Amino acid sequence: MHELSLCQNLIDQLTDLTNTHHAVAVARVEVQVGVLSGVEAQLLQSAFTLARAGTVADAAELITEVTTPRVSCRWCGAESDTPPNNLCCLACDSFDTQLIRGHELILARVELVKNEPLTL
Amino acid sequence: MCNTCGCNLSDGNRHLLSPPLNRGASGSTPEKILNGLLEHNDRQARINRARLDAQGVLTINLMSSPGSGKTSLLEATIRVLEGRLRIGVIEGDLETENDADRIRALGVPAHQITTGTACHLDAHLIHGALDQLDLAQLDILFIENVGNLVCPASFDLGHHRNVILLSVTEGDDKPAKYPVMFRAADLMLISKTDLLPYLPEFSPDRAERCLRHLASMVPTLHLSARSGAGVADWIEWLAAERDGYCELLNRHQTLTPRVESEGRKLHAPSPRITFRPLASTS
Ligand SMILES: Nc1nc2c(ncn2[C@@H]2O[C@H](COP(=O)(O)OP(=O)(O)O)[C@@H](O)[C@H]2O)c(=O)[nH]1
Ligand SMILES: [Mg+2]
Ligand SMILES: [Zn+2]
Repeated sequence: MHELSLCQNLIDQLTDLTNTHHAVAVARVEVQVGVLSGVEAQLLQSAFTLARAGTVADAAELITEVTTPRVSCRWCGAESDTPPNNLCCLACDSFDTQLIRGHELILARVELVKNEPLTL
Repeated sequence: MCNTCGCNLSDGNRHLLSPPLNRGASGSTPEKILNGLLEHNDRQARINRARLDAQGVLTINLMSSPGSGKTSLLEATIRVLEGRLRIGVIEGDLETENDADRIRALGVPAHQITTGTACHLDAHLIHGALDQLDLAQLDILFIENVGNLVCPASFDLGHHRNVILLSVTEGDDKPAKYPVMFRAADLMLISKTDLLPYLPEFSPDRAERCLRHLASMVPTLHLSARSGAGVADWIEWLAAERDGYCELLNRHQTLTPRVESEGRKLHAPSPRITFRPLASTS
C-alpha cells in the first residue's frame, strides 16, 4: 500500500502549486498511471480521498488515466501495443524492445481555484 | 525537459504530457517544477547514490517474496567473500532484528530497518540507515528489501543494482504475474535449486522465458545457498559488477539499475495548470 505515501507526495506538490499561483484551492487533478508503474489507479483513488482531507485539495477531484504498454522494437523498428507481461514485438517476436509507454506516473494537469476574476 | 540529470521523457508519452504551454487565454502558466510523483523519493535516492559513490560502495538491492532465501544467500555470500571484499548489510523487515542478528553473527556490520506496516524501503529510510554504517570501511553494501513482489519495485533507494530472487517453491510463472518487479531486475537468481528434484513442475527455462517476455535480457543464475551449488557464479557476477562500477567511478560516472536508467521515473514537463474562479466551485 504505497499509494498513500505517493498521495502525500502529490498533496505536497499541489500545495506548492497552489501557493506559487496564489490560488486558494485545487479543483481537479489529472494523473497518468502506467500499468507497469507499480501503482494501482484504484488504490490511488482511495488513498487520495484520505490524503486530501484538510489540505488545499480537500474538495479536489482526482482523475486517473491508466496507460497501457507500448513498445518499440530495436530489431525491426515496429511499435506494438502489448499486454504488461509480454512486451515482445508483435511484428517480429523480438525480446529486444523498449517500453515507450505504460511505466509512467505523472501529474499531467491541475486545475486551481482563484479567489479573483480571471483575466482573459 | 530536464537537462540536469540525464533523464528523458520517452517519445511514446511526450505527446500526452506537453500541450504547448503559453500564458494567455487558457490561463496556463509554464512552470519549472518536477512532477514525477516519486520525485520526492528520487531526489533523496540521488543524494544517497552520490554518498555511496563518494566512498565507492557498490550497493545491491535484493528483492523477492518473503522466504525466498535472501538472508541465507547473504550468509553464504559473506562466508565466501570473507577477507576478499568488505561487506555491509541493511536489513528491511516489518518487525524484529532477527535478520540483522544473523548477519552480525558472521562479523559483518548490519543495520536493521523495521518498517512497522510499510511494505517497502524508500530512499529516506536508507538515508537514515547509511548514517549508521561506516561507508569508508565497505566495498559492497547489500540492502535486503522487505519481502514483497509488489511495492519495493517502485522505489529507487540510491542503489546500483537490483537482484531478484525466485525460489523454486514459488512457481516458475512469477515473472508473468509480477511484471513490474521482474522488469526491475538486473539479475534474476533462481534460488533453492537443491529442492528442484522435489518440484518437477518448476522449470527454470520457463521462468527465464517469462522474464524474456518482459523484454529483459538480463542474466539469470541458478543457485542453492544450502548446497552451495551456483554460488560461485553469483560471486563472479558480483565481482564483475564491482569492477565495472569502479571503472565508471574512475570516469566520474555511476551505475543505476536498468529500470531507473530507462527513465521510468521521469522529470516530465510541468503539469498543465488551469484556473477557475472561486464562484464557479460553490
Ligand atoms: N532447501 C533450501 N532452503 C533454503 C535455501 N535458502 C534458504 N532456505 C530456507 O528458506 C527459509 C527462508 O530463508 P531466508 O533466507 O530467511 O529467506 P528471506 O525471507 O528471503 O530472507 C529458511 O528456512 C531457509 O533455511 C536453499 O538454498 N535451499
Ligand atoms: Mg530475510
Ligand atoms: Zn520487431
